[in-house]
Amino acid sequence: MTDTLAKTPLADWHAAHGGRMVDFAGWLMPTHYSSIVEEHLATRTAVGVFDISHMGRLWFVGDAAARYVDSLVTRATAAMSPGRIRYALVTNDAGGILDDVLVYNLTTTANEPARLVVVNASNRPKLLNWFAAHPAPAGVELRDGTVATAMIAVQGPRAIELVAPLTSSPVGELKYYTACHARLGDVEAVVSRTGYTGEDGFELIVPAAAAERLWQGLVEAGAQPVGLGARDTLRLEAGMPLYGHELNEQIDPYQAGLGSSVDLQKPSFVGQATLAQLRDDAARPRRVGLAVAGRRIPREGATLLSAERLIGHVTSGTFSPSLERTIAMGYVEPAFSPPGTELVVEVRGHRDTATVVALPFYQRGAAPQRAASLSSAGKGSIA
Amino acid sequence: MTPQELRYATTHEWVHVGLDERGEKIATVGISAFAIEALTDLVFMDLAKVGTQVTAGESFGEIESVKAVSDLYSPVDGEIVAVNEALIKKLETLKDDPYGQGWLIKVRLKDESALDDLLDYDAYQKQCAEEGH
Repeated sequence: MTDTLAKTPLADWHAAHGGRMVDFAGWLMPTHYSSIVEEHLATRTAVGVFDISHMGRLWFVGDAAARYVDSLVTRATAAMSPGRIRYALVTNDAGGILDDVLVYNLTTTANEPARLVVVNASNRPKLLNWFAAHPAPAGVELRDGTVATAMIAVQGPRAIELVAPLTSSPVGELKYYTACHARLGDVEAVVSRTGYTGEDGFELIVPAAAAERLWQGLVEAGAQPVGLGARDTLRLEAGMPLYGHELNEQIDPYQAGLGSSVDLQKPSFVGQATLAQLRDDAARPRRVGLAVAGRRIPREGATLLSAERLIGHVTSGTFSPSLERTIAMGYVEPAFSPPGTELVVEVRGHRDTATVVALPFYQRGAAPQRAASLSSAGKGSIA
Repeated sequence: MTPQELRYATTHEWVHVGLDERGEKIATVGISAFAIEALTDLVFMDLAKVGTQVTAGESFGEIESVKAVSDLYSPVDGEIVAVNEALIKKLETLKDDPYGQGWLIKVRLKDESALDDLLDYDAYQKQCAEEGH
């Protein structure tokens, strides 16, 4: 099985250091090395490193690259200042979400004007087809840098302590959601102040051949290697949607609570006309956060009931290591979406109380112990 | 009990058969250290109640980790006569003492033929080594 999977430049390191390797979106990736809870808490209290080389890194190069990318995403990215990054969605004509992406305004190392679009691993083949079906104007070249490079996330309150000494560039001054080119030792890298954990941190893109040395250096400097298991519990606590769970082509950005990532005033993009109509349609299910009373974890597909009537379903659920309780996200009929609403969740034939709570479950700066004490304060306010 | 004395199901439950004060055969059932290590980050366990009839190969409970939920399968046929309630409240015991304080249920054996299908220690070690790859 593993022979057919794509490997990141760090796959051999993971396997040699206790990483439990699984198939994730066609890539051989570690779920965890020590334990999910240990890796999760290391990221919240110190610093973790994550191999995210499976994410797609697509460069659109040329003078018209900005305008082209702008025609396919929900946010105005053409007029972004150099170094700026925006979270945006790629939507189809019906307003359904094809992917959620980060768009960087960054030149190539050869100083060519470019947009870097970072896409989900599972969606890279689909998006490459989508871009092919929406041809770029002359002078825009698509370069898929996924295989030639590695991407490493350094996340947690101590991330800056580890990343700043690697370079003479002032990466500590990078604002949230900005990026720059920087030399890490003798390696040319893209450094961004971004992440998927709810913590401060950086994401580093380096040539594939330089990945293992950089990774090893970060581990030796005290970073905990973190697998996909804790990446999922961290993002879930931070209330961030995951493609294939909270997001798919049948869900539009307004349902997903991502309306602020849709700019209807910007120049035309695919899906814009439909989204203008969907914005005011309040009848479709909404994404909510759920605090679950018991320890049985409602996972994707668990049903949500009110007065014995099916009113929604769970899209992700876990035990929250920071809050020490069961949390979930799901979609419910709009009438049941206000925080404080009590529902019933059915998990493998057992019923439990679930209370709708505001997202995120966990906010940066709240130490895990503090968050845990709040979690027992009462229903409806666990973060 | 030492792991060498036990018999194992391919689904990672262990069994020890002893006699109660009336001389009836009682099977103590637990889960192996290998399985507990693989599960990691345990958050929840649910076991069938005393008096429940169990059948070899069928579920008598479930154990949940951050990663996933797994069924617990009975390696024997009979009636549950004891459930380790203390363990349900303190799952760390499974890690600390999987073959002692970490037992799950005790079953009064009805039919001993299911025991013939269980693995001895060496055969079970071999299975774990293969799964570990």
